Amino acid sequence: MANGALGREYQDGETIVRQREAGDCMFVIQEGQVEVLGEREGEEVRLAVLDKSDFFGEMALFERDVRSATVRALGPARVLTLDRRTFLRRIQEDPSLAFRILEKMSNRIRELNAEVVRLRSRAQT
Amino acid sequence: MGVHMSAADHGDVADPWLGTGSTAAPSDLQLVDGSRVGVIGGGPAGSLFTVFLLEMAERVGLSLDVTIHEARDFTRPGPAGCNHCGGIISETLVQSLAAEGILLPPTVVQRGIDSYTLHTDRDRVRIETPLQEKRIAAVFRGSGPRGLSEPKWESFDNHLLGLATERGAHLVRKRVEGLDWADDGRTRFRFGKEESEPFDLTVLAVGVNGTALKLLGDLGIEYRLPGTTKTHICEIPMEQESVDEHLGTSMHVFLLNIPRLEFAALIPKGEHVTLCLLGDDIDDALVQRFLACPEVQRCLPDGTGDFKRLCHCSPRLNIRAGLMPFADRVVMIGDCGVTRLYKDGIGAAQRTAKAAAATAVLHGISAEDFRRHMWPVCRAINGDNRLGRMVFRLTGLLQRFGFTRRAIVRMAASEQRRAGSRRRMSLALWDMFTGSAPYREVLLRTLHPLFGLRLMWDMAVCAVPRRRARS
Ligand SMILES: Cc1cc2nc3c(=O)[nH]c(=O)nc-3n(C[C@H](O)[C@H](O)[C@H](O)COP(=O)(O)OP(=O)(O)OC[C@H]3O[C@@H](n4cnc5c(N)ncnc54)[C@H](O)[C@@H]3O)c2cc1C
Repeated sequence: MANGALGREYQDGETIVRQREAGDCMFVIQEGQVEVLGEREGEEVRLAVLDKSDFFGEMALFERDVRSATVRALGPARVLTLDRRTFLRRIQEDPSLAFRILEKMSNRIRELNAEVVRLRSRAQT
Repeated sequence: MGVHMSAADHGDVADPWLGTGSTAAPSDLQLVDGSRVGVIGGGPAGSLFTVFLLEMAERVGLSLDVTIHEARDFTRPGPAGCNHCGGIISETLVQSLAAEGILLPPTVVQRGIDSYTLHTDRDRVRIETPLQEKRIAAVFRGSGPRGLSEPKWESFDNHLLGLATERGAHLVRKRVEGLDWADDGRTRFRFGKEESEPFDLTVLAVGVNGTALKLLGDLGIEYRLPGTTKTHICEIPMEQESVDEHLGTSMHVFLLNIPRLEFAALIPKGEHVTLCLLGDDIDDALVQRFLACPEVQRCLPDGTGDFKRLCHCSPRLNIRAGLMPFADRVVMIGDCGVTRLYKDGIGAAQRTAKAAAATAVLHGISAEDFRRHMWPVCRAINGDNRLGRMVFRLTGLLQRFGFTRRAIVRMAASEQRRAGSRRRMSLALWDMFTGSAPYREVLLRTLHPLFGLRLMWDMAVCAVPRRRARS
């Protein structure tokens, strides 16, 4: 790892967060890619692949619930942690800090809606 | 155009707004499509303000014409291309920037820092970041020290300036020498005999290491300079392996009984170590005295005593806010307005820059708009600095005696050894050295009864051997 690289390095396939585990931070990808996986009855379904500067685990900042998905490094990846407390303190002073997260979450809802429509129409035909 | 407001010292007063001469009500003055914004100073405050302003404007569908004026060329090694500082980008700032989508690449960050090592005359203790992750960045503000032929890392200030121009800001490589009111209440910038087109909003981000704040006098704005003190920075060249071996990825902080010295640190970079001394008018004698301490020498290769042959400087540090940082169509951000005491100056510049940008886009550019929407951020920083002064007085007291210094290290060391224990001293030291948390939190941690009891116990233990030795 280069001396100036920030965050923590994960090897290909290494788990960064695990579904159903408690979490109190979110993550920003500094370098590389990660895959987001949903687990159901022991089977994993890839939900998304995220790239540099994308973030994940943001739900843990706003709700005290377990992680909704597993995230693994896809190739070597470097990831920075954002703690809940630091982040919420900054958002309290500067609510616009949450704009990017809201934008991303709204994009994800849009994609999910499209997916629901696709699945329902497939089920109806 | 007449006087818009008067500025007064508000370093330690509650609210400075009473008695100002603002003429505009909130939101009388607004930025509209095509409005011209003139930023003076392309340090972190000026560049980050520009990035935030342009992003926010885009969100609300506003098209602005922003020009940054900066005479320094940050690609030039040596003092001429550098905004002299320790170059630590705090944990909180690294995280806030990441949340804004601004990542600091390894081409800018010379070393990721994952711990602090506290040295006293006898002992030392290493305090790790809570998640054992490299969350603090060590950078050069310019391209590197005097004499460097091939810079290997990009300047931090140049990187931010690049982000601002990438988002569409113009860069004028000139020093602003004067300001004039135009007939319509806007301002023109003077460069020698030339004059700019008028700007709707003037942003001063000129720091405290020049005379640019006097520009306010041209506008008839009364001002009082921020209180500053002389500090010391020195860049010690070392092989990368030697930096790895002597300092590693830890910032080394020294708790020594040297009068007038508030904070002393050795910051490992790529192929240099930055010596940073803050306190009360640091002079050559104090620097020599610090470098001669055995605990400092242990961290450095032999023969680093003569700092005068190395690239060194004595920049001024803002230790007391001096201005009300706004008027109608004029706002001051970063060091020239309000900043944090001794810590995380760049983080404070980011906070005031963001507050000013959000106010200008979402509310307006009258003094009243800045008072309502930006001043709360400045007031919070000023209020916390008052507590910071108490924290530093307390530390100064503990620093005076050998047994109290040893007790601090003893308490932190025993916390580091015991996994799962409440690390009250370690966290208080961490927050204080890194600037990661407000001084209020540092003070609250130290006010906990268990903190006091444990420290008293450690002080008693550390005092005993000395008494025995004397008898
Ligand atoms: C010894 C020391 C160590 C420090 N260490 C740290 C640290 O480790 N971490 C940290 O976060 N903070 C640190 N600070 C504080 C930090 O340096 C400042 O808080 C930070 O630089 C403020 O940024 P700024 O943009 O407000 O001002 P500056 O960085 O001073 O930038 C002002 C810019 O304005 C330009 N300018 C001035 N006048 C004009 C003009 N008339 N026309 C055009 N341009 C002009 C200058 O050239 C300069 O580029 C330290 C300070 C000192 C003194």
